[in-house]
Amino acid sequence: MAAPNLLDRLKKKFGDKISGVNAQAIDPWIEVMPDGLVEVCKYLKTEPDLSFELLNCISGVDYFEPDPKKAAKAAFPPHLEVVYHLSSVTKKHSLVVKVILPRWKNDQEGELPEVPTVSHIWPGANWHEREVFDLSGVNFVEHPDLRRILCPEDWVGHPLRRDYEMPLEYHGIRGR
Amino acid sequence: MATALDDPRIVEFDVRTDEMLVNMGPQHPSTHGVLRLVLRTDGEVVSQTEPHIGYLHRCAEKIGENLTPRQWIPYTDRMDYLAGMSMNLGWALCVEKLLNHQLPDKARHLRVIIAEMQRIASHLVGMGAYGLDLGTFSPFLYAFRERERILDLFEEACGARLTYSYLTPGGATADLPRGWLQKCSAFLDQFEPVIQEYHALLTTNAIFVKRTANIGYLSPQMALDYGCTGPVLRGSGIDYDLRRDGEERYTEMYDGYAFEVIVEKNGHYPKDHSYPPVPKEAVLGDCWHRFYVRMLEVVQAVDLVRQAIERYAAATGPWGEPIKLTAKLPKGEAYLETECPRGQMGFYVVSDGSSIPWRARARSSCFCNLSVTHELCRGCLIADVPAIVGSLDIVMGEIDR
Repeated sequence: MAAPNLLDRLKKKFGDKISGVNAQAIDPWIEVMPDGLVEVCKYLKTEPDLSFELLNCISGVDYFEPDPKKAAKAAFPPHLEVVYHLSSVTKKHSLVVKVILPRWKNDQEGELPEVPTVSHIWPGANWHEREVFDLSGVNFVEHPDLRRILCPEDWVGHPLRRDYEMPLEYHGIRGR
Repeated sequence: MATALDDPRIVEFDVRTDEMLVNMGPQHPSTHGVLRLVLRTDGEVVSQTEPHIGYLHRCAEKIGENLTPRQWIPYTDRMDYLAGMSMNLGWALCVEKLLNHQLPDKARHLRVIIAEMQRIASHLVGMGAYGLDLGTFSPFLYAFRERERILDLFEEACGARLTYSYLTPGGATADLPRGWLQKCSAFLDQFEPVIQEYHALLTTNAIFVKRTANIGYLSPQMALDYGCTGPVLRGSGIDYDLRRDGEERYTEMYDGYAFEVIVEKNGHYPKDHSYPPVPKEAVLGDCWHRFYVRMLEVVQAVDLVRQAIERYAAATGPWGEPIKLTAKLPKGEAYLETECPRGQMGFYVVSDGSSIPWRARARSSCFCNLSVTHELCRGCLIADVPAIVGSLDIVMGEIDR
Protein backbone atom coordinates (compact mmCIF):
# COMPACT_ATOMS: atom_id res chain seq x y z
CA MET A 1 0.00 0.00 0.00
CA ALA A 2 1.38 3.38 -0.97
CA ALA A 3 1.99 5.84 1.82
CA PRO A 4 -0.15 9.01 1.80
CA ASN A 5 2.97 11.17 1.58
CA LEU A 6 3.66 9.57 -1.81
CA LEU A 7 0.39 10.99 -3.13
CA ASP A 8 1.28 14.46 -1.79
CA ARG A 9 4.74 14.22 -3.26
CA LEU A 10 3.40 13.32 -6.69
CA LYS A 11 0.86 16.12 -6.50
CA LYS A 12 3.59 18.61 -5.62
CA LYS A 13 5.88 17.39 -8.38
CA PHE A 14 3.38 17.31 -11.21
CA GLY A 15 0.90 20.01 -10.15
CA ASP A 16 -1.88 20.39 -12.68
CA LYS A 17 -1.02 17.16 -14.47
CA ILE A 18 -2.55 15.37 -11.48
CA SER A 19 -6.17 16.37 -11.39
CA GLY A 20 -7.20 14.51 -8.27
CA VAL A 21 -5.95 12.54 -5.30
CA ASN A 22 -7.97 10.15 -3.17
CA ALA A 23 -6.10 8.88 -0.11
CA GLN A 24 -9.25 7.71 1.70
CA ALA A 25 -10.20 5.01 -0.82
CA ILE A 26 -9.51 1.33 -0.08
CA ASP A 27 -6.76 1.51 -2.70
CA PRO A 28 -5.53 5.13 -2.76
CA TRP A 29 -5.48 6.53 -6.27
CA ILE A 30 -4.25 9.51 -8.23
CA GLU A 31 -6.07 10.96 -11.21
CA VAL A 32 -3.78 11.96 -14.06
CA MET A 33 -4.55 14.13 -17.09
CA PRO A 34 -4.10 12.15 -20.34
CA ASP A 35 -1.30 14.46 -21.55
CA GLY A 36 0.69 13.95 -18.34
CA LEU A 37 0.34 10.19 -18.15
CA VAL A 38 3.59 9.20 -19.85
CA GLU A 39 5.61 11.65 -17.78
CA VAL A 40 4.07 10.46 -14.50
CA CYS A 41 4.47 6.78 -15.39
CA LYS A 42 8.12 7.23 -16.36
CA TYR A 43 8.75 8.93 -13.04
CA LEU A 44 6.94 6.19 -11.11
CA LYS A 45 8.96 3.48 -12.79
CA THR A 46 12.43 5.01 -12.79
CA GLU A 47 12.56 6.92 -9.49
CA PRO A 48 14.73 4.67 -7.27
CA ASP A 49 12.60 4.91 -4.13
CA LEU A 50 9.35 4.31 -6.01
CA SER A 51 10.38 1.79 -8.70
CA PHE A 52 6.98 0.52 -9.77
CA GLU A 53 8.43 -2.17 -12.04
CA LEU A 54 5.28 -4.20 -12.33
CA LEU A 55 2.22 -3.05 -14.25
CA ASN A 56 -0.37 -5.43 -12.84
CA CYS A 57 -3.42 -4.49 -14.79
CA ILE A 58 -5.09 -1.94 -17.04
CA SER A 59 -8.88 -1.86 -16.88
CA GLY A 60 -11.46 0.26 -18.62
CA VAL A 61 -14.55 1.21 -16.63
CA ASP A 62 -17.48 2.79 -18.43
CA TYR A 63 -19.58 5.11 -16.27
CA PHE A 64 -22.78 5.46 -18.22
CA GLU A 65 -26.37 4.63 -17.43
CA PRO A 66 -28.17 3.61 -20.64
CA ASP A 67 -31.62 3.73 -19.03
CA PRO A 68 -32.73 7.42 -19.31
CA LYS A 69 -34.95 7.13 -16.20
CA LYS A 70 -32.10 5.93 -14.03
CA ALA A 71 -29.58 8.23 -15.74
CA ALA A 72 -31.29 11.29 -14.24
CA LYS A 73 -30.55 9.92 -10.77
CA ALA A 74 -27.06 8.57 -11.54
CA ALA A 75 -24.38 9.75 -9.14
CA PHE A 76 -21.85 10.40 -11.88
CA PRO A 77 -21.62 12.25 -15.19
CA PRO A 78 -21.06 9.90 -18.15
CA HIS A 79 -17.35 9.23 -18.55
CA LEU A 80 -14.82 6.49 -19.11
CA GLU A 81 -12.00 5.59 -16.74
CA VAL A 82 -8.78 3.79 -17.57
CA VAL A 83 -7.34 2.35 -14.37
CA TYR A 84 -3.68 1.33 -14.03
CA HIS A 85 -2.70 -0.88 -11.10
CA LEU A 86 1.00 -0.64 -10.36
CA SER A 87 3.14 -2.39 -7.81
CA SER A 88 6.77 -2.66 -6.88
CA VAL A 89 8.55 -5.97 -6.39
CA THR A 90 11.48 -4.45 -4.52
CA LYS A 91 9.66 -1.85 -2.43
CA LYS A 92 6.51 -3.95 -1.94
CA HIS A 93 4.03 -1.13 -2.36
CA SER A 94 1.29 -0.44 -4.85
CA LEU A 95 -0.51 2.49 -6.43
CA VAL A 96 -3.56 3.08 -8.58
CA VAL A 97 -3.40 5.60 -11.42
CA LYS A 98 -6.60 6.70 -13.12
CA VAL A 99 -7.18 8.59 -16.33
CA ILE A 100 -10.62 10.11 -16.81
CA LEU A 101 -11.76 10.33 -20.42
CA PRO A 102 -14.91 11.46 -22.19
CA ARG A 103 -16.94 8.55 -23.53
CA TRP A 104 -16.43 9.76 -27.10
CA LYS A 105 -13.78 12.04 -28.49
CA ASN A 106 -15.26 15.53 -29.16
CA ASP A 107 -18.68 14.06 -28.24
CA GLN A 108 -18.83 12.47 -31.68
CA GLU A 109 -20.34 9.05 -31.16
CA GLY A 110 -18.07 6.43 -32.71
CA GLU A 111 -14.86 8.38 -32.27
CA LEU A 112 -12.83 6.68 -29.57
CA PRO A 113 -11.35 8.76 -26.74
CA GLU A 114 -7.58 8.97 -26.78
CA VAL A 115 -4.94 8.29 -24.17
CA PRO A 116 -1.18 7.91 -24.75
CA THR A 117 0.26 4.40 -24.64
CA VAL A 118 2.57 3.26 -21.85
CA SER A 119 3.72 0.16 -23.72
CA HIS A 120 7.19 1.65 -24.20
CA ILE A 121 7.50 1.99 -20.40
CA TRP A 122 6.09 -1.42 -19.50
CA PRO A 123 6.12 -3.71 -22.57
CA GLY A 124 3.48 -5.83 -20.82
CA ALA A 125 1.04 -2.96 -21.30
CA ASN A 126 0.90 -3.85 -24.99
CA TRP A 127 -1.63 -6.65 -24.57
CA HIS A 128 -3.51 -4.97 -21.75
CA GLU A 129 -4.05 -1.89 -23.91
CA ARG A 130 -5.19 -4.04 -26.80
CA GLU A 131 -7.72 -5.63 -24.49
CA VAL A 132 -9.02 -2.29 -23.21
CA PHE A 133 -9.22 -1.04 -26.80
CA ASP A 134 -11.09 -4.19 -27.82
CA LEU A 135 -13.58 -4.37 -24.98
CA SER A 136 -13.95 -0.81 -23.71
CA GLY A 137 -13.13 1.22 -26.81
CA VAL A 138 -10.19 3.42 -25.89
CA ASN A 139 -7.69 4.53 -28.50
CA PHE A 140 -4.13 4.24 -27.19
CA VAL A 141 -2.18 6.76 -29.21
CA GLU A 142 1.15 5.54 -30.62
CA HIS A 143 0.50 1.97 -29.57
CA PRO A 144 2.71 -0.24 -31.80
CA ASP A 145 0.01 -2.74 -32.69
CA LEU A 146 -3.50 -1.68 -31.70
CA ARG A 147 -5.70 -4.56 -32.85
CA ARG A 148 -8.53 -6.48 -31.24
CA ILE A 149 -7.24 -9.27 -29.04
CA LEU A 150 -10.15 -11.24 -27.56
CA CYS A 151 -12.93 -10.51 -30.05
CA PRO A 152 -12.60 -11.48 -33.72
CA GLU A 153 -10.96 -8.90 -35.98
CA ASP A 154 -14.22 -8.01 -37.74
CA TRP A 155 -16.29 -7.62 -34.57
CA VAL A 156 -18.32 -4.42 -34.36
CA GLY A 157 -18.54 -2.39 -31.16
CA HIS A 158 -16.91 -2.59 -27.76
CA PRO A 159 -18.70 -5.10 -25.52
CA LEU A 160 -17.84 -3.65 -22.14
CA ARG A 161 -19.42 -0.31 -22.99
CA ARG A 162 -22.63 0.07 -21.04
CA ASP A 163 -24.69 0.93 -24.12
CA TYR A 164 -23.34 -1.97 -26.17
CA GLU A 165 -25.89 -4.05 -27.98
CA MET A 166 -25.22 -7.59 -29.10
CA PRO A 167 -25.29 -7.77 -32.92
CA LEU A 168 -28.30 -9.47 -34.47
CA GLU A 169 -26.11 -11.89 -36.32
CA TYR A 170 -22.45 -12.58 -36.91
CA HIS A 171 -21.47 -14.65 -39.98
CA GLY A 172 -24.82 -16.41 -39.93
CA ILE A 173 -24.78 -17.05 -36.17
CA ARG A 174 -27.81 -15.58 -34.44
CA GLY A 175 -26.82 -13.15 -31.72
CA ARG A 176 -30.05 -12.12 -30.05
CA MET B 1 32.44 -37.06 -44.56
CA ALA B 2 30.28 -35.34 -42.03
CA THR B 3 31.85 -32.68 -39.88
CA ALA B 4 30.62 -32.01 -36.39
CA LEU B 5 29.25 -28.54 -35.80
CA ASP B 6 29.02 -26.77 -32.50
CA ASP B 7 25.66 -25.34 -33.27
CA PRO B 8 23.37 -27.39 -35.52
CA ARG B 9 21.51 -24.24 -36.44
CA ILE B 10 24.49 -23.10 -38.52
CA VAL B 11 23.62 -25.76 -41.08
CA GLU B 12 20.32 -24.02 -41.58
CA PHE B 13 21.99 -20.93 -42.88
CA ASP B 14 23.92 -22.91 -45.49
CA VAL B 15 20.77 -24.27 -47.04
CA ARG B 16 18.81 -21.93 -49.29
CA THR B 17 15.37 -21.65 -47.76
CA ASP B 18 12.40 -19.35 -48.05
CA GLU B 19 10.55 -17.72 -45.23
CA MET B 20 7.41 -19.56 -44.34
CA LEU B 21 4.47 -18.87 -42.08
CA VAL B 22 3.52 -21.89 -39.99
CA ASN B 23 0.22 -22.07 -38.16
CA MET B 24 0.48 -23.87 -34.86
CA GLY B 25 -2.95 -24.46 -33.42
CA PRO B 26 -5.64 -23.71 -32.40
CA GLN B 27 -6.06 -27.48 -32.55
CA HIS B 28 -2.44 -28.39 -32.05
CA PRO B 29 -2.19 -30.92 -29.22
CA SER B 30 0.71 -29.19 -27.52
CA THR B 31 -0.73 -25.69 -27.34
CA HIS B 32 -2.66 -26.31 -24.10
CA GLY B 33 -6.12 -25.58 -25.36
CA VAL B 34 -7.06 -23.22 -28.13
CA LEU B 35 -3.94 -21.15 -28.58
CA ARG B 36 -2.91 -20.32 -32.12
CA LEU B 37 0.70 -19.40 -32.78
CA VAL B 38 1.72 -18.03 -36.15
CA LEU B 39 5.41 -18.67 -36.61
CA ARG B 40 7.55 -16.96 -39.22
CA THR B 41 10.19 -19.53 -39.94
CA ASP B 42 13.27 -19.84 -42.06
CA GLY B 43 13.95 -23.55 -42.29
CA GLU B 44 13.78 -24.76 -38.72
CA VAL B 45 14.55 -21.41 -37.11
CA VAL B 46 11.70 -19.26 -35.83
CA SER B 47 12.20 -15.56 -36.38
CA GLN B 48 8.84 -14.28 -35.19
CA THR B 49 6.01 -15.65 -33.09
CA GLU B 50 2.57 -14.15 -32.99
CA PRO B 51 0.10 -15.63 -30.50
CA HIS B 52 -3.57 -15.32 -31.45
CA ILE B 53 -5.93 -15.69 -28.52
CA GLY B 54 -9.63 -15.23 -27.88
CA TYR B 55 -10.98 -18.57 -29.07
CA LEU B 56 -12.29 -19.27 -25.58
CA HIS B 57 -13.61 -15.78 -24.84
CA ARG B 58 -16.86 -16.13 -22.90
CA CYS B 59 -17.43 -12.51 -21.83
CA ALA B 60 -17.00 -13.38 -18.15
CA GLU B 61 -16.46 -9.72 -17.25
CA LYS B 62 -19.66 -8.63 -19.00
CA ILE B 63 -21.59 -11.37 -17.23
CA GLY B 64 -20.09 -10.18 -13.95
CA GLU B 65 -21.82 -6.82 -14.43
CA ASN B 66 -25.20 -8.56 -14.24
CA LEU B 67 -24.70 -10.91 -11.30
CA THR B 68 -24.09 -10.50 -7.60
CA PRO B 69 -20.60 -11.45 -6.39
CA ARG B 70 -21.68 -14.84 -5.10
CA GLN B 71 -23.48 -15.60 -8.32
CA TRP B 72 -20.32 -14.83 -10.28
CA ILE B 73 -18.27 -17.43 -8.35
CA PRO B 74 -19.10 -20.27 -10.83
CA TYR B 75 -17.80 -18.11 -13.67
CA THR B 76 -14.47 -17.66 -11.91
CA ASP B 77 -14.21 -21.46 -11.72
CA ARG B 78 -14.27 -21.60 -15.46
CA MET B 79 -11.40 -19.16 -15.89
CA ASP B 80 -8.49 -21.26 -14.71
CA TYR B 81 -10.32 -24.57 -14.79
CA LEU B 82 -7.30 -26.43 -13.45
CA ALA B 83 -7.24 -24.30 -10.31
CA GLY B 84 -10.88 -23.41 -9.74
CA MET B 85 -10.46 -23.11 -5.99
CA SER B 86 -7.74 -20.48 -6.36
CA MET B 87 -9.96 -18.44 -8.66
CA ASN B 88 -12.85 -18.64 -6.16
CA LEU B 89 -10.48 -17.53 -3.44
CA GLY B 90 -9.21 -14.53 -5.41
CA TRP B 91 -12.69 -13.18 -6.13
CA ALA B 92 -13.95 -13.97 -2.62
CA LEU B 93 -11.07 -12.07 -1.02
CA CYS B 94 -11.53 -9.14 -3.38
CA VAL B 95 -15.22 -8.82 -2.49
CA GLU B 96 -14.40 -9.22 1.21
CA LYS B 97 -11.90 -6.42 0.84
CA LEU B 98 -14.62 -4.15 -0.52
CA LEU B 99 -17.03 -5.24 2.21
CA ASN B 100 -14.30 -5.04 4.86
CA HIS B 101 -15.46 -8.44 6.02
CA GLN B 102 -13.28 -10.22 8.59
CA LEU B 103 -12.98 -13.98 8.36
CA PRO B 104 -13.14 -16.27 11.39
CA ASP B 105 -9.90 -18.09 12.15
CA LYS B 106 -11.19 -21.49 11.15
CA ALA B 107 -12.19 -20.27 7.69
CA ARG B 108 -8.71 -18.90 7.17
CA HIS B 109 -7.09 -22.29 7.79
CA LEU B 110 -9.72 -24.06 5.73
CA ARG B 111 -8.85 -21.80 2.84
CA VAL B 112 -5.14 -22.52 3.20
CA ILE B 113 -5.79 -26.28 3.10
CA ILE B 114 -7.96 -25.98 0.01
CA ALA B 115 -5.79 -23.46 -1.84
CA GLU B 116 -2.60 -25.42 -1.29
CA MET B 117 -4.19 -28.74 -2.22
CA GLN B 118 -5.33 -27.02 -5.40
CA ARG B 119 -1.80 -25.85 -6.02
CA ILE B 120 -0.57 -29.45 -5.83
CA ALA B 121 -3.29 -30.63 -8.23
CA SER B 122 -2.60 -27.80 -10.66
CA HIS B 123 1.17 -28.25 -10.66
CA LEU B 124 0.70 -31.98 -11.21
CA VAL B 125 -1.22 -31.27 -14.40
CA GLY B 126 1.35 -28.64 -15.32
CA MET B 127 4.12 -31.18 -14.90
CA GLY B 128 2.31 -34.01 -16.66
CA ALA B 129 1.23 -31.88 -19.58
CA TYR B 130 4.75 -30.52 -19.91
CA GLY B 131 5.97 -34.08 -20.29
CA LEU B 132 3.40 -34.56 -23.03
CA ASP B 133 4.66 -31.45 -24.81
CA LEU B 134 8.12 -32.92 -24.86
CA GLY B 135 6.94 -36.30 -26.08
CA THR B 136 6.84 -38.45 -22.97
CA PHE B 137 3.51 -39.87 -21.96
CA SER B 138 4.15 -41.67 -18.66
CA PRO B 139 4.60 -38.68 -16.31
CA PHE B 140 1.15 -37.52 -17.37
CA LEU B 141 -0.38 -40.78 -16.10
CA TYR B 142 1.63 -40.65 -12.89
CA ALA B 143 0.49 -37.09 -12.29
CA PHE B 144 -3.15 -37.86 -12.95
CA ARG B 145 -3.05 -40.84 -10.59
CA GLU B 146 -2.33 -38.52 -7.66
CA ARG B 147 -4.46 -35.65 -8.91
CA GLU B 148 -7.41 -38.00 -9.01
CA ARG B 149 -7.14 -38.50 -5.25
CA ILE B 150 -7.10 -34.75 -4.66
CA LEU B 151 -10.20 -34.41 -6.82
CA ASP B 152 -11.84 -37.16 -4.77
CA LEU B 153 -11.11 -35.17 -1.64
CA PHE B 154 -12.52 -32.01 -3.21
CA GLU B 155 -15.58 -33.90 -4.36
CA GLU B 156 -16.18 -35.01 -0.82
CA ALA B 157 -15.87 -31.44 0.43
CA CYS B 158 -18.05 -29.69 -2.13
CA GLY B 159 -19.57 -32.19 -4.55
CA ALA B 160 -17.69 -31.09 -7.66
CA ARG B 161 -14.52 -32.35 -9.26
CA LEU B 162 -13.50 -29.49 -11.52
CA THR B 163 -15.68 -26.42 -11.11
CA TYR B 164 -16.02 -26.23 -7.36
CA SER B 165 -17.61 -22.87 -6.42
CA TYR B 166 -16.59 -23.83 -2.91
CA LEU B 167 -14.77 -20.83 -1.48
CA THR B 168 -17.09 -17.89 -1.61
CA PRO B 169 -17.30 -14.35 -0.16
CA GLY B 170 -17.68 -14.82 3.57
CA GLY B 171 -15.89 -18.16 3.84
CA ALA B 172 -16.92 -21.38 2.15
CA THR B 173 -20.25 -22.92 1.17
CA ALA B 174 -19.85 -25.73 3.72
CA ASP B 175 -17.53 -26.97 6.41
CA LEU B 176 -15.20 -29.86 5.66
CA PRO B 177 -17.02 -33.16 6.22
CA ARG B 178 -16.21 -35.38 9.17
CA GLY B 179 -13.14 -37.54 8.65
CA TRP B 180 -11.90 -35.39 5.76
CA LEU B 181 -8.76 -34.24 7.57
CA GLN B 182 -7.65 -37.82 8.24
CA LYS B 183 -8.15 -38.71 4.59
CA CYS B 184 -6.21 -35.62 3.56
CA SER B 185 -3.33 -36.46 5.91
CA ALA B 186 -3.30 -40.03 4.62
CA PHE B 187 -3.08 -38.71 1.08
CA LEU B 188 -0.14 -36.44 1.96
CA ASP B 189 1.72 -39.29 3.64
CA GLN B 190 1.29 -41.41 0.56
CA PHE B 191 2.01 -38.56 -1.85
CA GLU B 192 5.23 -37.17 -0.42
CA PRO B 193 7.49 -40.14 -1.28
CA VAL B 194 5.94 -40.32 -4.76
CA ILE B 195 7.39 -36.92 -5.65
CA GLN B 196 10.77 -38.64 -6.02
CA GLU B 197 9.27 -40.65 -8.87
CA TYR B 198 8.47 -37.48 -10.78
CA HIS B 199 12.01 -36.28 -10.33
CA ALA B 200 13.29 -39.59 -11.65
CA LEU B 201 10.88 -39.44 -14.60
CA LEU B 202 11.47 -35.85 -15.65
CA THR B 203 13.72 -33.57 -13.62
CA THR B 204 16.88 -35.65 -13.96
CA ASN B 205 15.96 -37.36 -17.21
CA ALA B 206 18.78 -36.70 -19.69
CA ILE B 207 16.41 -36.12 -22.62
CA PHE B 208 14.25 -33.80 -20.56
CA VAL B 209 17.27 -31.77 -19.47
CA LYS B 210 18.47 -31.55 -23.08
CA ARG B 211 15.07 -30.30 -24.21
CA THR B 212 14.65 -27.70 -21.47
CA ALA B 213 18.00 -26.54 -20.10
CA ASN B 214 19.19 -23.28 -21.62
CA ILE B 215 16.05 -23.06 -23.78
CA GLY B 216 13.70 -20.08 -23.61
CA TYR B 217 15.84 -17.88 -21.43
CA LEU B 218 13.83 -15.14 -19.69
CA SER B 219 15.88 -12.43 -18.04
CA PRO B 220 14.64 -11.03 -14.71
CA GLN B 221 14.29 -7.56 -16.24
CA MET B 222 12.17 -8.83 -19.10
CA ALA B 223 10.02 -10.89 -16.74
CA LEU B 224 9.20 -7.75 -14.78
CA ASP B 225 8.69 -5.60 -17.88
CA TYR B 226 6.09 -8.00 -19.23
CA GLY B 227 4.37 -8.43 -15.88
CA CYS B 228 5.22 -12.13 -15.63
CA THR B 229 4.36 -13.57 -12.24
CA GLY B 230 4.31 -16.78 -10.28
CA PRO B 231 6.72 -19.61 -11.08
CA VAL B 232 7.71 -17.83 -14.31
CA LEU B 233 8.98 -14.82 -12.33
CA ARG B 234 10.58 -16.92 -9.60
CA GLY B 235 12.16 -19.18 -12.23
CA SER B 236 14.06 -16.09 -13.37
CA GLY B 237 15.41 -15.62 -9.87
CA ILE B 238 13.19 -12.85 -8.53
CA ASP B 239 12.26 -13.34 -4.91
CA TYR B 240 8.59 -12.39 -4.95
CA ASP B 241 5.65 -14.37 -3.72
CA LEU B 242 2.37 -12.74 -2.80
CA ARG B 243 1.80 -15.19 0.02
CA ARG B 244 4.63 -13.35 1.76
CA ASP B 245 4.75 -9.98 -0.02
CA GLY B 246 1.14 -9.41 -0.98
CA GLU B 247 -1.50 -7.24 0.56
CA GLU B 248 -2.31 -7.71 4.18
CA ARG B 249 -5.76 -9.06 3.45
CA TYR B 250 -4.14 -11.95 1.62
CA THR B 251 -0.96 -12.46 3.66
CA GLU B 252 -2.89 -12.62 6.93
CA MET B 253 -4.31 -15.88 5.65
CA TYR B 254 -0.79 -17.31 5.87
CA ASP B 255 -0.01 -15.50 9.10
CA GLY B 256 2.07 -17.72 11.37
CA TYR B 257 2.80 -20.33 8.71
CA ALA B 258 6.41 -21.31 8.16
CA PHE B 259 7.40 -21.39 4.49
CA GLU B 260 10.18 -20.14 2.31
CA VAL B 261 9.67 -18.60 -1.11
CA ILE B 262 10.93 -21.00 -3.77
CA VAL B 263 13.63 -19.07 -5.57
CA GLU B 264 17.26 -19.74 -6.37
CA LYS B 265 19.76 -17.99 -4.12
CA ASN B 266 23.51 -18.49 -4.60
CA GLY B 267 22.91 -21.51 -6.82
CA HIS B 268 20.61 -23.25 -4.34
CA TYR B 269 16.91 -23.55 -3.81
CA PRO B 270 15.63 -23.55 -0.22
CA LYS B 271 15.79 -27.00 1.38
CA ASP B 272 16.94 -28.61 -1.85
CA HIS B 273 19.29 -31.15 -0.22
CA SER B 274 16.98 -34.10 -0.84
CA TYR B 275 16.26 -33.17 -4.44
CA PRO B 276 18.25 -33.64 -7.59
CA PRO B 277 20.94 -31.01 -8.13
CA VAL B 278 20.53 -28.37 -10.82
CA PRO B 279 22.13 -29.74 -14.02
CA LYS B 280 25.12 -27.74 -15.16
CA GLU B 281 23.55 -26.99 -18.55
CA ALA B 282 20.65 -25.14 -16.93
CA VAL B 283 20.74 -21.34 -16.66
CA LEU B 284 18.58 -19.43 -14.24
CA GLY B 285 15.54 -18.24 -16.23
CA ASP B 286 15.28 -21.12 -18.68
CA CYS B 287 12.50 -23.68 -19.10
CA TRP B 288 14.14 -26.15 -16.74
CA HIS B 289 14.18 -23.69 -13.84
CA ARG B 290 10.55 -22.72 -14.34
CA PHE B 291 9.67 -26.39 -14.22
CA TYR B 292 11.82 -27.00 -11.15
CA VAL B 293 10.24 -24.11 -9.23
CA ARG B 294 6.85 -25.76 -9.75
CA MET B 295 8.15 -29.11 -8.56
CA LEU B 296 9.52 -27.56 -5.38
CA GLU B 297 6.31 -25.65 -4.83
CA VAL B 298 4.49 -28.98 -4.69
CA VAL B 299 6.71 -30.00 -1.76
CA GLN B 300 6.16 -26.62 -0.14
CA ALA B 301 2.39 -26.96 -0.56
CA VAL B 302 2.43 -30.40 1.11
CA ASP B 303 4.17 -28.83 4.08
CA LEU B 304 1.71 -25.93 4.20
CA VAL B 305 -1.31 -28.25 4.08
CA ARG B 306 0.11 -30.24 7.00
CA GLN B 307 0.49 -27.06 9.05
CA ALA B 308 -2.98 -25.91 8.07
CA ILE B 309 -4.60 -29.23 9.02
CA GLU B 310 -3.12 -28.93 12.49
CA ARG B 311 -4.37 -25.37 12.92
CA TYR B 312 -7.75 -26.08 11.45
CA ALA B 313 -8.26 -29.03 13.81
CA ALA B 314 -7.29 -26.88 16.78
CA ALA B 315 -9.45 -23.90 15.78
CA THR B 316 -12.86 -23.46 17.32
CA GLY B 317 -15.72 -21.26 16.24
CA PRO B 318 -17.54 -20.87 12.93
CA TRP B 319 -16.11 -21.96 9.57
CA GLY B 320 -17.30 -18.85 7.77
CA GLU B 321 -20.87 -18.61 6.55
CA PRO B 322 -21.16 -17.13 3.06
CA ILE B 323 -22.52 -13.60 2.81
CA LYS B 324 -26.12 -13.19 1.69
CA LEU B 325 -26.65 -13.82 -2.00
CA THR B 326 -27.96 -10.31 -2.57
CA ALA B 327 -25.90 -8.49 0.06
CA LYS B 328 -25.47 -4.79 -0.78
CA LEU B 329 -21.93 -3.78 -1.70
CA PRO B 330 -20.63 -0.47 -0.36
CA LYS B 331 -19.89 2.22 -2.92
CA GLY B 332 -16.25 2.08 -3.92
CA GLU B 333 -13.73 -0.16 -5.57
CA ALA B 334 -11.16 -2.75 -4.55
CA TYR B 335 -8.36 -4.56 -6.32
CA LEU B 336 -6.67 -7.64 -4.92
CA GLU B 337 -4.14 -10.09 -6.26
CA THR B 338 -3.54 -13.58 -4.96
CA GLU B 339 -0.79 -16.07 -5.65
CA CYS B 340 -2.42 -18.70 -7.81
CA PRO B 341 -0.56 -21.75 -9.11
CA ARG B 342 0.07 -19.96 -12.42
CA GLY B 343 0.90 -16.52 -11.08
CA GLN B 344 -0.77 -13.49 -9.64
CA MET B 345 -4.46 -13.52 -10.36
CA GLY B 346 -6.03 -10.14 -9.71
CA PHE B 347 -9.67 -9.21 -9.34
CA TYR B 348 -11.03 -5.70 -9.49
CA VAL B 349 -14.52 -4.88 -8.33
CA VAL B 350 -16.21 -1.49 -8.74
CA SER B 351 -19.50 -0.92 -7.00
CA ASP B 352 -22.07 1.86 -7.18
CA GLY B 353 -23.78 0.83 -3.95
CA SER B 354 -26.14 -1.85 -5.26
CA SER B 355 -25.71 -5.58 -4.79
CA ILE B 356 -24.50 -6.05 -8.38
CA PRO B 357 -20.98 -4.81 -9.15
CA TRP B 358 -20.71 -1.98 -11.64
CA ARG B 359 -17.62 -3.61 -13.07
CA ALA B 360 -15.98 -6.96 -12.41
CA ARG B 361 -12.52 -7.32 -13.86
CA ALA B 362 -10.18 -10.28 -13.84
CA ARG B 363 -6.47 -9.77 -14.35
CA SER B 364 -5.13 -13.02 -15.70
CA SER B 365 -1.64 -14.21 -14.85
CA CYS B 366 -1.34 -16.43 -17.92
CA PHE B 367 -2.34 -13.50 -20.14
CA CYS B 368 0.79 -11.60 -19.07
CA ASN B 369 2.96 -14.72 -19.01
CA LEU B 370 1.94 -15.54 -22.57
CA SER B 371 2.60 -12.02 -23.84
CA VAL B 372 6.33 -12.62 -23.43
CA THR B 373 6.35 -15.64 -25.82
CA HIS B 374 7.43 -13.65 -28.86
CA GLU B 375 10.57 -12.59 -27.01
CA LEU B 376 11.33 -16.11 -25.75
CA CYS B 377 10.81 -17.79 -29.12
CA ARG B 378 12.93 -15.39 -31.18
CA GLY B 379 15.62 -17.46 -32.90
CA CYS B 380 14.67 -20.81 -31.41
CA LEU B 381 13.93 -24.01 -33.30
CA ILE B 382 10.36 -24.98 -34.13
CA ALA B 383 10.66 -28.04 -31.89
CA ASP B 384 11.50 -25.77 -28.97
CA VAL B 385 8.32 -23.70 -29.30
CA PRO B 386 6.14 -26.28 -27.48
CA ALA B 387 8.86 -26.61 -24.83
CA ILE B 388 8.86 -22.86 -24.23
CA VAL B 389 5.08 -22.36 -24.30
CA GLY B 390 4.63 -25.42 -22.10
CA SER B 391 7.08 -24.11 -19.54
CA LEU B 392 4.86 -21.03 -19.07
CA ASP B 393 2.08 -23.45 -18.02
CA ILE B 394 -0.82 -21.55 -19.55
CA VAL B 395 -4.53 -22.27 -19.34
CA MET B 396 -6.52 -20.70 -22.15
CA GLY B 397 -9.69 -20.40 -20.10
CA GLU B 398 -7.95 -17.89 -17.92
CA ILE B 399 -6.34 -15.96 -20.77
CA ASP B 400 -9.54 -15.51 -22.75
CA ARG B 401 -11.96 -15.35 -19.81
